[in-house]
Amino acid sequence: MNTTIMLFLVQDGITNGAIYALLGLALVLVFAVTRVILIPQGEFVTYGALTYASLAAGQMPGTAKLALALGIGAFAFDLFVARKALHGRLVVRSFIANVVLPAIVLALTLSLAAQKPPVAVCIALSLVIVAMIGLYLYRIAFQPLAHTSVLVLLIASVGVHLALQGLGLLFFGAEGQRGPAVLSGAFTAGALRFTGQSITVYAITIAFIVALWLFFGLTLYGKALRATAVNRLGARLAGIRTTLSGQIAFLLASVIGALSGILIVPITTLYYDSGFLIGLKGFVAAIIGGLVSYPLTAVAALVVGIVEAFSSFYASNYKEVIVFMLLIPVLLLRSLAAPAVEEEKD
Amino acid sequence: MSTLLSVTDAHVAYGKVEAVRSVSLEVGANEIVTIVGANGAGKTTLLSAIMGILPLKGRVAFAGQDLARLDIEDRVAMGLGLVPEHRELFVTMNVEDNLELGAFRIERSKAKASMERVYALFPRLKERRKQLAGTLSGGEQQMLAMGRALMGEPKLLMLDEPSLGLAPIIVADIFRIVTELRAAGVSVLLVEQNAQAALKIADQAYVMELGEFVLSGKASDIAANERVAASYLGFQHEGESVI
Repeated sequence: MNTTIMLFLVQDGITNGAIYALLGLALVLVFAVTRVILIPQGEFVTYGALTYASLAAGQMPGTAKLALALGIGAFAFDLFVARKALHGRLVVRSFIANVVLPAIVLALTLSLAAQKPPVAVCIALSLVIVAMIGLYLYRIAFQPLAHTSVLVLLIASVGVHLALQGLGLLFFGAEGQRGPAVLSGAFTAGALRFTGQSITVYAITIAFIVALWLFFGLTLYGKALRATAVNRLGARLAGIRTTLSGQIAFLLASVIGALSGILIVPITTLYYDSGFLIGLKGFVAAIIGGLVSYPLTAVAALVVGIVEAFSSFYASNYKEVIVFMLLIPVLLLRSLAAPAVEEEKD
Repeated sequence: MSTLLSVTDAHVAYGKVEAVRSVSLEVGANEIVTIVGANGAGKTTLLSAIMGILPLKGRVAFAGQDLARLDIEDRVAMGLGLVPEHRELFVTMNVEDNLELGAFRIERSKAKASMERVYALFPRLKERRKQLAGTLSGGEQQMLAMGRALMGEPKLLMLDEPSLGLAPIIVADIFRIVTELRAAGVSVLLVEQNAQAALKIADQAYVMELGEFVLSGKASDIAANERVAASYLGFQHEGESVI
């Protein structure tokens, strides 16, 4: 192997690893706050990517309609839960957040889609649409189960993943799509060629990680999220609603997922079901981080990306197998370090 | 004196086992009320149910409002605070963050003043404000748990076994602070196994046995009651061995 190939593979690995890092961080965040293992994270990636690609191609994405449908469902859930103590303010607030907002976004999407809006508008719309889907999914599928065991939440999570994947096929068809680059152009440094898109990937990943770090370290809501993750009962006794923390966690996860999708769809052709594998690699990183450590997850994600790049060069048929095999020694080590596994009492 | 908390005919059950049976109690404004009783009498269960952590059959009203439909977080916002037996601190966060989160439902501008008040009550916390909560000593953790609850500006603070497992000198400190709270206008509902210390500072007292209140009245009367003295205060009759 010569150095150029090696450098090229490392560069490729870091680009992918940066995306896995974002997804892994989102998985850790959601698990820490809500105990949900977010299998549908991959669907947020495809929905973000394909919504963006559809909009850029001048097509109307079905996800905007899905957001409104889920919003109406979430509104119905709110009404049902509060049925014994309904008051006007609650109804109006829920109606605006769950029905009016997605309806406005749908109208906006309908009017803009045909005219092939500029890239920035496509990105903004895709992010908002997927963010709303994430938020309403939490309300419908996970909030009512918030007090149950990790296993029940996992089953719900698998269910949501299957449903979203099916809907993805319905919305985007079986054909793969590519989107326009966020930043075009390229430059070379030595033997390496940096495209605008890969620079964007690095920049956004770093910016997001710094932003998350500031959010968790300095803001009251960020601290409240950490508090919920550390001690659920303690947080409730301080007046922090677990549902609020859950909403913020899902909002962040869906935005991160959609953003990752938008970042990779100009580089790779994505299909309605590509998200699962991408999400799973973020999951590998999150597991290596023990589903608790953010820095370890980010580092592990880069390792996953680099291993994937090298294995696709040397043994491309086995690249997924090699990546997922990374899990085995980690799980083995972890099980040796903590021999007794107890279901968390909560 | 106006009633702040009133519990009427409360039952709390774990499945089919009733841990608290037909309990009624009142806490007035500016009052320390204590519930004393042996381990397993149902004291902690009762406090948890008043806070909304466990389901309760019966009526609980706070500041004249029925709490039946309110979540824990709403009760906190109304001015009801609980310092649970296990403290439930955010152990991987520092003292200041723990306190700041205690004021989650309070306006930002007021939270600063709240924190100064808490630091004045517990100077030890100020010294350790950048230290992680999990690395504090037991006594400091208890102070932090009380401080965090006080950050929410409660009208009534419920303390569950604040003296458990602490050195006597720290226990004395904590009981002194409880009386200071009353002077500052915060009512306290105190659950204690250390009946002697609790009855000394309380205005009213209830004695709980096997899920029921068997005695209630002025704390001084309860402390003077022979049966209570024999069962909970550890007084020895003459001639008996002290050890």
